[in-house]
Amino acid sequence: MGTTINTIPKTMNPTAIKETAMPEADPINAPVERPADTVIEEGKTVGIPFSDDPKFKLRDVEVFYGETRAIKNISLDIARNEVIAFIGPSGCGKSTFLRCLNRMNDSIDSCRIKGSLLLDGQNIYDSKRDVVELRARVGMVFQKPNPFPKSIYDNVAYGPRIHGLANRKSDLDDIVENSLRKAGLWNEVKDRLDAMATGMSGGQQQRLCIARAIAVSPEVVLMDEPCSALDPIATARIEELIAEMSESYTIVIVTHSMQQAARVSNRTAYFHLGHLVEVNDTSKVFTTPEHELTESYITGRFG
Amino acid sequence: MQTADLLPLVLVLAAVAYGFAFMRSRAVAAPLGGIRNLKALPAYYAARAALWCAIPALIILGTWAAFEGKVIQDMVMASLPAELAPQSAGRASLTLSQISNLAAGKLDPAMVPEGISGAATLLQELREQSSQFKTLLVILIAVLGGTFAWTQVAPQINARKSVERTLQRLFFVCAAVAILTTIGIVFSVIFETFRFFEKVPVSEFLFGTSWSPQTALRADQIGSEGAFGIIPLFTGTLMISAIALLIAVPVGLLSAVYLSEYASPMVRSVVKPLLEMLAGVPTVVYGFFAALTVAPFIRDLALALGLEASSQSALAAGLVMGIMIIPFVSSLSDDVINAVPRTLRDGSLALGATQSETMKNVIFPAALPGIMGGILLAASRAIGETMIVVMAAGLAANLTANPLDSVTTVTVQIVTLLTGDQEFDSAKTLAAFALGMMLFIVTLLLNVIALKVVRKYREQYD
Repeated sequence: MGTTINTIPKTMNPTAIKETAMPEADPINAPVERPADTVIEEGKTVGIPFSDDPKFKLRDVEVFYGETRAIKNISLDIARNEVIAFIGPSGCGKSTFLRCLNRMNDSIDSCRIKGSLLLDGQNIYDSKRDVVELRARVGMVFQKPNPFPKSIYDNVAYGPRIHGLANRKSDLDDIVENSLRKAGLWNEVKDRLDAMATGMSGGQQQRLCIARAIAVSPEVVLMDEPCSALDPIATARIEELIAEMSESYTIVIVTHSMQQAARVSNRTAYFHLGHLVEVNDTSKVFTTPEHELTESYITGRFG
Repeated sequence: MQTADLLPLVLVLAAVAYGFAFMRSRAVAAPLGGIRNLKALPAYYAARAALWCAIPALIILGTWAAFEGKVIQDMVMASLPAELAPQSAGRASLTLSQISNLAAGKLDPAMVPEGISGAATLLQELREQSSQFKTLLVILIAVLGGTFAWTQVAPQINARKSVERTLQRLFFVCAAVAILTTIGIVFSVIFETFRFFEKVPVSEFLFGTSWSPQTALRADQIGSEGAFGIIPLFTGTLMISAIALLIAVPVGLLSAVYLSEYASPMVRSVVKPLLEMLAGVPTVVYGFFAALTVAPFIRDLALALGLEASSQSALAAGLVMGIMIIPFVSSLSDDVINAVPRTLRDGSLALGATQSETMKNVIFPAALPGIMGGILLAASRAIGETMIVVMAAGLAANLTANPLDSVTTVTVQIVTLLTGDQEFDSAKTLAAFALGMMLFIVTLLLNVIALKVVRKYREQYD
């Protein structure tokens, strides 16, 4: 991890790092100041938003909460087996956009989605689409660790049991062990699989949630600020894990920490007030951002 | 002045004290440069004066009212000439009521002995004196208290703190009233129960299988001996409660699941209050619904199926009671299901679980303690319910396992034992207290067991 930190641009001064490292900016510190002369042109994204081999092909996506337009005409490709980071100030729509990818917004009554969202060429929001199957392919890890109040084993076995992935008890044991190994948790919990998951530390709980998500062998893992409730050591552990996982999964991570985006992702997308302002290779975004707003944000002028 | 008139007077005095202390505290503060230089806001000085005025006066008033009657009575009785002094307690109360009736002018003085009418005059005098003295004392104490607090209004007195302390004590007294009342009820029941067990052996009460509490009133009367075995009553209670819970738990729970997980907000806002209205229907209405509609229907149905059924049945009472307690289960379950954190729900849905899988595997176990609480409340309600059973299940203490038979319950028997003419020292009347005690113990045990179960199986989330 120590070496990748060099990708952070030199333009960042120490105070900026301190500010932007805050997991969730509170409303008082919410963006107040932004270059007044900057006009965001709707649907215009600078950088390289598209890919030759997209896992997700998202075009003209708009999301409404009641009358409010939370996502404004966003088009983006998410490539196969890449790690893409969504960054931006609070309330910019990055989590909303993320939750469209496995239809977690369905449970919010007032939420409407427009546009075309394709996973491997198939429409996610097709009325005939089986949400259950979609979510099995597109797993999710949440901001706050949310293990079920069950044993560690039952937490990981939850998904496989529901989807009937194991025919025998021994198969299930294998799935649980493999998932826990992939999440780097096996050595810590192998002797207490029957213990309550809620008794583990925050970092362990979050890794358990990752193990739980990968136990159903998803193709994509969505992570909504997975480290914001964790201390730096647990965060480092999860970032290592993301690096290992990137070989076999497509990962979309929302983060408030620009260092984290810089460390773990191949590409970075900068969101602003519901617009997708800039998408580019992570090193490019953090060294030579093309858009004025991106630059202001990563240098800590607001956000 | 009577106590009832003095009470508002004290409150008026307290209000006056409030006003004066308020003005004085402002006056004290003015030369110091405003109320910021006082230790407390003017309202606190004022409240302190009002409390000083009202509380001692009210304590005196209460004490006076409590002991006044007894003291005057004793003085009057002591004044009776020796030949009229009553020999027994019964005589004493008779003489006393003669005296007070005479004093109230309900009795002709010519009809009673000389000494009695003398005592009546004394009673009248003492009452007047007492009333005057009480009025004077209460007003004096109130004025003194208020004046004292008024003179104490000074920047260095922390009125805020003393008001806080007084209020704290007031809250404690209120809590103590509730607790003491409960303790009082328990003790009165316990004493009567012991008196009952002097007449009927405990073993017969607990293990007897026949219940017919009709005892002879007089020794020469021909009457049954009376049998006090509670087993038929408890089996009746348990059967009806079990039937009620069999209806209420599944229906209530599933409707709670529907309301919290599936119903749209519009449907929910209509259905939930409607469901809760079931709890607001008076039990007597349920009672005649059970007796006049459900019970005959069940009897006819049973006859059509070739079964023997009585016109009053445990089934009818249980069914209607089940309907009545649905809201206890559904409303509480709905609340606890809603209280399960959204993150757990999302976590399960994100793994590709359907809504009902999420419900069954995650939300239900997490909400179990609260749901058990709701069921328990419903069970206590079912065990204690009387009206429906009186009307629909009958009074016959049959020891039976057939829900189509008429049965009776503990509560119904308590009602029948204590209504109508009765003696307060017969086994029949005292049996009611013993039954009440048993009911109390059973409900308590149920609560304890349920708490243990819940603590053992709960899946805790934070």
